[in-house]
Amino acid sequence: MTSTWLADGWTVTWRNMLKFRRSPDYVVFAVLQPIMFVLLFSQVYGGSIRVDGTNYTDYLMAGIFGQTVLFGATFSGFGMAQDLKDGIIDRFRTLPMSPSAVLVGRTNADLALNTISMVIMILTGLVVGWRFRGTVVEFLGGVALLLLFSYSFSWVMALLGMLVRSPEVINNAAFMVLFPLTFISNAFVQTQNLPGPLEAFANWNPVSALVQAARELFGNVGDAPVPDVFPMQHSVAMVVVGSALLLVVFVPLAVARYSRTTGR
Amino acid sequence: MPIIEAEGLRKTYRSKDREVRALDGFDLAAEQGTVTGLLGPNGAGKTTAVKVLTTLIRPDRGIARVDGIDVGADPQAVRRIIGSSGQFAAVDENLTGLENLEMVGRLYHLGIRAARARAAELIELFDLTEAGDRPVKGFSGGMRRRIDLAGALVIHPKVLFLDEPTTGLDPRSRIALWGVIKELVADGTTVLLTTQYLEEADQLASSICVIDSGRVIARGTSDELKGRIGGHRIVITLVDAADSEQARLVLARHGDGEVSVGESGRDLEVPVRSGAPALHGALADLEAADIRLHDAGVRRPTLDDVFLTLTGHRAEEATT
Ligand SMILES: Nc1ncnc2c1ncn2[C@@H]1O[C@H](COP(=O)(O)OP(=O)(O)OP(=O)(O)O)[C@@H](O)[C@H]1O
Ligand SMILES: [Mg+2]
Repeated sequence: MTSTWLADGWTVTWRNMLKFRRSPDYVVFAVLQPIMFVLLFSQVYGGSIRVDGTNYTDYLMAGIFGQTVLFGATFSGFGMAQDLKDGIIDRFRTLPMSPSAVLVGRTNADLALNTISMVIMILTGLVVGWRFRGTVVEFLGGVALLLLFSYSFSWVMALLGMLVRSPEVINNAAFMVLFPLTFISNAFVQTQNLPGPLEAFANWNPVSALVQAARELFGNVGDAPVPDVFPMQHSVAMVVVGSALLLVVFVPLAVARYSRTTGR
Repeated sequence: MPIIEAEGLRKTYRSKDREVRALDGFDLAAEQGTVTGLLGPNGAGKTTAVKVLTTLIRPDRGIARVDGIDVGADPQAVRRIIGSSGQFAAVDENLTGLENLEMVGRLYHLGIRAARARAAELIELFDLTEAGDRPVKGFSGGMRRRIDLAGALVIHPKVLFLDEPTTGLDPRSRIALWGVIKELVADGTTVLLTTQYLEEADQLASSICVIDSGRVIARGTSDELKGRIGGHRIVITLVDAADSEQARLVLARHGDGEVSVGESGRDLEVPVRSGAPALHGALADLEAADIRLHDAGVRRPTLDDVFLTLTGHRAEEATT
């Protein structure tokens, strides 16, 4: 049974990828949206937003990366809710497949989609003048870190998707929670310019740690001041430990939930 | 030893404002190579019973075994030998018919090549050749249903569970499916199916369990059950409701049970032992009494009649 989870996980990944290929929604999300965000923010705000210590395009990119992988993870919740709604989970659950395979296949496919988005954002960023200023190893580390976080967060969303069971609710909830979370963070502005309570919130916001970590590894911090709070001072470690914790907690929870969930 | 066994299954669904006891002391035993039909009104617990036996839900109480394997203790072992098709088609909208079946085959661990070959065979068997390469999204309800049914046959299952397999199928596909099931059974597969149609159970099932309120209230062969509710019924429709009482007396003489009179007073019905002779006699007497008829005929008992007789209420009322 232990050897089948790989094969089964791959079969479900294959099925999810076929789905991506056939639904234009996913192409829009994975390809067009990142291009649009990079262009809009760098070209529209780039001229008017000043950041200390670096230029806005360099500052901005880590923020957009963070936002995109965060929202990208919500696809796992959407996908699980949709599969429950369609009743296909009932088919899976009567087959002799590994109980984790549906979730492995879900999170794998979403990771692949997010990787594609990431590559497209990087290319678009390079076109509008963004440069990573560290070593290639650091750059790759930054990409890996963003994807690691996205993957871990996928498992959280997958569990939520099974609990909520409605793809629409997952979408709306993601929007209502994650949108403010990314905007009250250091993704697009420097937190020291925010009003008092918001500044504190932003500095402790996990999204800020993620963005800060990416910014550091891409060498885009420049001379910008780093807020003197623990998660911002140790952002890379925070993201690695945080992602590992999410996996340790949510993988077993999601698999347990899957094993007792039924569609209609 | 029966290959499908259920003893004292109980399952209660709880929601905020109410509790539904979907299974309440459900017992079942089916021998290998037989077809068992579960008949019951809406909400009787048929689907719940199938879900327990196919490892989808755990009962609160009782034990279920398939091929001697305790379903609760080792669901994975059960899944390796069963095929199932639920009441609602569980297919992937974005995959083609072939891909859906290939996926199921791969998840049964047939290997990619064998899964693909089996998918093609099944597409042919279920008469979906033209549709096999299109995403299921564009399929009609009956085609979707057939893909789902094909999914139940990807392995040659030892035990096959079908929840209302022919609901939504056109007559041709229905008869084709009956043929497929009969062939499987001839090869030794055991089938448990639920249905709303007595005729279907008649065609396929060697043993029928009538379910109401989560338990089996009658079991036997289709002939045994029909015997219990009267073989045929004479139905007549009067031109004039004023003849109602007189017509009732005539039918009572020829019938073999209570005459039921519809609300309008014009529709009368009575169970009879043998259809045609009783109809002859009744028609002659009605004519002699100068009672004019719109319509007269003999019909076979329906599921409704089974319920009316066995439970005292009609199928539609049973849910409320
Ligand atoms: N997931 C659920 N949550 C709450 N109640 C449920 C659930 N599933 C079934 N029930 C209830 O349990 C009872 C039995 O349902 P079940 O689906 O087993 O009936 P059925 O015999 O298959 O009916 P039908 O002929 O309509 O398919 C019904 O009263 C139904 O409302
Ligand atoms: Mg049902």
